[in-house]
Amino acid sequence: MHHKLYNTINPSIAVEVHGLVKHFGDNRAVDGIDLQIPTGTVYGVLGPNGAGKTTALRILSTLMKPDKGSAKIFGHDILTEGQIVRQLIGLTGQYASVDEKLSANENLYIFSRLLGFSRSDSRKKTKELLEEFGLMEAATRPLAKFSGGMRRRLDLAASLISKPPLIFLDEPTTGLDPRTRIQMWNTIRSLVSDGSTVILTTQYLDEADQLADHIAVIDRGKVIAQGTPTQLKASVGAATLELKLIDKTEYEIAKTVIQSLLLVEGHFSSEGILTAPLSDPELITDVLLALRNRNIQLSEVSVKTPTLDEVFLAITGHETEKVAVESTFSLTTNNK
Amino acid sequence: MKQTNDRAQLVLSNQTSLNQTIRQSLIMAYRGLLKVRRTPEQLIDVTLQPILFTLMFGYLFGGAISGNVHNYLPLLIPGILVQSILTGAVTIGVQLREDMEKGVFDRYKSMPIARIAPLAGALLADTIRYALVTILTFATGYLMGYRPETGFAGILLVSVLVISFAWCVSWIFALAGVVGRSAAGVQGISMMILFPLTFLSNAYVPVETLPKVLKWFAQINPVSHLVTAIREIINHGVITHDFWLSVLGGLVILCVFAPLTVRAYRNKV
Repeated sequence: MHHKLYNTINPSIAVEVHGLVKHFGDNRAVDGIDLQIPTGTVYGVLGPNGAGKTTALRILSTLMKPDKGSAKIFGHDILTEGQIVRQLIGLTGQYASVDEKLSANENLYIFSRLLGFSRSDSRKKTKELLEEFGLMEAATRPLAKFSGGMRRRLDLAASLISKPPLIFLDEPTTGLDPRTRIQMWNTIRSLVSDGSTVILTTQYLDEADQLADHIAVIDRGKVIAQGTPTQLKASVGAATLELKLIDKTEYEIAKTVIQSLLLVEGHFSSEGILTAPLSDPELITDVLLALRNRNIQLSEVSVKTPTLDEVFLAITGHETEKVAVESTFSLTTNNK
Repeated sequence: MKQTNDRAQLVLSNQTSLNQTIRQSLIMAYRGLLKVRRTPEQLIDVTLQPILFTLMFGYLFGGAISGNVHNYLPLLIPGILVQSILTGAVTIGVQLREDMEKGVFDRYKSMPIARIAPLAGALLADTIRYALVTILTFATGYLMGYRPETGFAGILLVSVLVISFAWCVSWIFALAGVVGRSAAGVQGISMMILFPLTFLSNAYVPVETLPKVLKWFAQINPVSHLVTAIREIINHGVITHDFWLSVLGGLVILCVFAPLTVRAYRNKV
């Protein structure tokens, strides 16, 4: 089928990025990104708000020009062969890129017509996609009455009209409720089983973990870690121990206990909770016993799977920006 | 995820042909018409203004300027027509600005379509507004007793001229819409361009009555030439050099502002 056409250039590499840079004034939104994304995989770009994920995606989808660097999509340069690149990609933006004033039906029909389908083929295509994405009943309703999840689904459907071999999903589940989020995940999974390459940005480690084969963690416009979800989580520790003490003055002692037993440094996260990566769950007992022996009383104990914040802590030594500020704040109040 | 149809464009090309460009612009115009159908209230300005202005100006100034309403109408109707149609053209800037703030323009930009298509389409859909203005102005005039010398043929030629001219001029407002930061700002700038152009012309009053500076401006104002061209055709059945000047003026505006607008649109983040 048509997949052969672009794969002849280099069958194994879907996206190749070298030294990509984009400034907005003094802000280096993208600060020298290199990526190589194999065909047929889901590539997760993980990072906090403002890390440069969306900017990078907008450059790759030809919406924006980079200041420096180059990128190729299936061997086609994003700068000199923009119109070819646009034939190979589908973009689902952070804010649904569909026409608010039109119905789902009209949206898909117009996009199909623009992509070169005949009137009857466009109608067929529209119907197929509406059925596939469970939007048939709402097909003629104005979009203003759509829920967030329906909008995202329509947006995704619109990106798939021409069956592009590369699909960009910019934070596809941000702002969705848990149920719709899982629906969206299932849709994305079936996309991949169809052979498409997917680049997905997200702020959630569990989302990247659920969907991606490879993850690039980016922070302040730079790739700070790359690997499989398993590799990433291993670098953080399998789980995180969280302790809350009744007496705030005892936090420093508790920290020393953790250091001596778990051989890692504890951190004060937001809300005055002491957290530490936990490589072996067996060690919890030792920690709790040691605290009891020192007469330190706990108000809360929990073991959690690592979050993006912990990934950041492990890789960069600082938390995602907003949280980092809060934790220094709680640290100083604790010292008083 | 099985779909029956393969993509229509199988061959990868870095160029969009003229044929495709026109086709895509027409599809975008269809989108514009669908939007009008969904929100017919956006036609209220082009519906009320020609009726209101024709009635108001006719009965207000008719006696003072031409002795009576009936004699004023041949002078007034072309003026109202041009004024109302250009006011209608201003809206394109505001609409484009509002449209571009929505995510859907990101999709158009990421699709393999001609860059000019979303703009040209929106402007083409606007011709329905101009047609509405033209019909309503002449209809109001007719009710007030206006019977053009040249009849229907003259009205048709004049309509084509004024609608085409408005389409060319609308690229100026489209540019304002693309580069402007907010819809309100675009509206403000557009009105600043529009008011001097339409009022400082021969649209409502004979140029001879104006003070020296205003007279000079009114005489070089392209709007005056358009109004004169329309009056000559519709009242005397002649095509004068004002007609050709208007055609030329429209084309010059189109050739300057259409590429500027597309460029600004392409570079807009």
